Amino acid sequence: MRSALDKTWKTVEHGGVIEAGTAFEYETGDWRSRRPIWDAAKCSHCLICWIYCPDGSILTSEGKMTGIDYVHCKGCGICARECPPKASAIRMVSESEARE
Amino acid sequence: MAAKLKAMTGNEAMAEAMRQINPDVVAAYPITPATEVVQIFAGFVADGLVDTEFVAVESEHSAMSACIGAAVAGARAITSTASQGLALMYEMLYIAAGLRLPIILAEVNRSLSGPLNIHCDHSDTMGASYTGWIQLFSENAQEAYDGMFQAVRIAEHPDVLLPAMVTTDGFIISHGMEAMQVIGDAEVKKFIGTYTPKHRLLDTDDPRTVSPALLQDSFFEFKRVESEAMRKAKDVVVAVGQEFGKTFGRAYGLFEPYHLENAEVAIVVMGSTAGTAKVAIDELRAKGQKVGMLKLRCFRPFPYVELAGALKHLKVLGVMDRSDTFSSFGGPVFNEIRSALYDEPKKPVTLNTIYGLGGRDINVGDIKGFFENLLRVAGSGKTDGLVSYLGVRE
Repeated sequence: MRSALDKTWKTVEHGGVIEAGTAFEYETGDWRSRRPIWDAAKCSHCLICWIYCPDGSILTSEGKMTGIDYVHCKGCGICARECPPKASAIRMVSESEARE
Repeated sequence: MAAKLKAMTGNEAMAEAMRQINPDVVAAYPITPATEVVQIFAGFVADGLVDTEFVAVESEHSAMSACIGAAVAGARAITSTASQGLALMYEMLYIAAGLRLPIILAEVNRSLSGPLNIHCDHSDTMGASYTGWIQLFSENAQEAYDGMFQAVRIAEHPDVLLPAMVTTDGFIISHGMEAMQVIGDAEVKKFIGTYTPKHRLLDTDDPRTVSPALLQDSFFEFKRVESEAMRKAKDVVVAVGQEFGKTFGRAYGLFEPYHLENAEVAIVVMGSTAGTAKVAIDELRAKGQKVGMLKLRCFRPFPYVELAGALKHLKVLGVMDRSDTFSSFGGPVFNEIRSALYDEPKKPVTLNTIYGLGGRDINVGDIKGFFENLLRVAGSGKTDGLVSYLGVRE
């Protein structure tokens, strides 16, 4: 997207075609009113949250969950909802509470 | 040239052109009077005469959507529709043009409901005239057939990259049989060439985002360059029409003048009515009347400079519209022609008549009657008003 801003109508690629992966530059995390808090000690690393997250905001490494990408997480709460009750490793708290 | 004469209807001619183009994808939904175009083409698919992936979709909105998806993936895509079908495609028509996808649409002009009517007028195509599509009108099946091949070349030209619709008039051309010149398959293949898109969405080595949200800071530039593409399309329509003429013996331009240069009074007509008008003009010319016609073929892009140049010498000009805008100020062709003439220091009195809605017959006598009105205005300098309705019961 930033590449489009440097260009005039004479130099843009026509048809609204831009480079891939531009959503990475868009900080959707500041849309969030509620924040998922991950408890590493409770997590069974089933990765159900990773499957369900619509924004790819579950961070993983070598098949294990490592945290949440708060730059892009919009706080939809699906991860907390889908986390198996036995683990309950993710809970949602309000952003104001989380900041305190 | 191995051209041969064959009897075909407009729909058969368009389907035959599609067989010869052999597109990668055809997605379509049936609607009168365009149904046969894809029905016949589906037969070609079933018989293995084309390599096309035929997608039988659940609506015209889906037909255009599927064509857009195919074109973004890098395919040559064609569909066909009419009337309500084109109206249902409306939002997707803008997307096809905005994404600069050279999709081809075989459009059969038909009225828009309501009340319900299945016959010819130009309301459907005129309604789509601000969508960013190139629009070529045809006087007969031959022009529609020839126009399909030219549309591929025009739409895919690197200076253009816009979708194009080639139109016939519902039933009058679509179901009327005529003798026409058919081009050999190999010659068609050579003329249209192959389509090489700059990007293919399925190319994982060159990943791209197509049609992202481009907001206040970036949308405008993409629309500005789309507008420029339509400007450039005018020269491409002319160049391709001339090349077609050199190759196959039938040259095409933005419009066709008929006894226009030395005429004092003339009409502007699009589509099948031009054939009828030629007979009316021949009969009036035989009586010494200096009458003529401009048959407008290319409505989008609108060749306003060329039109003004060709029409400014006239005393009186009558623009015949086969649709109404319901703006209370005449038909769409009238408004644009009149605007095109505005900057000419000397210009004709320009009047409008709306005719043939819902397939109302238009015959030689009707057109001669309209000419007589125009000649009366030329003689007296007085008009009864800008907009009249031809052939409606008063």
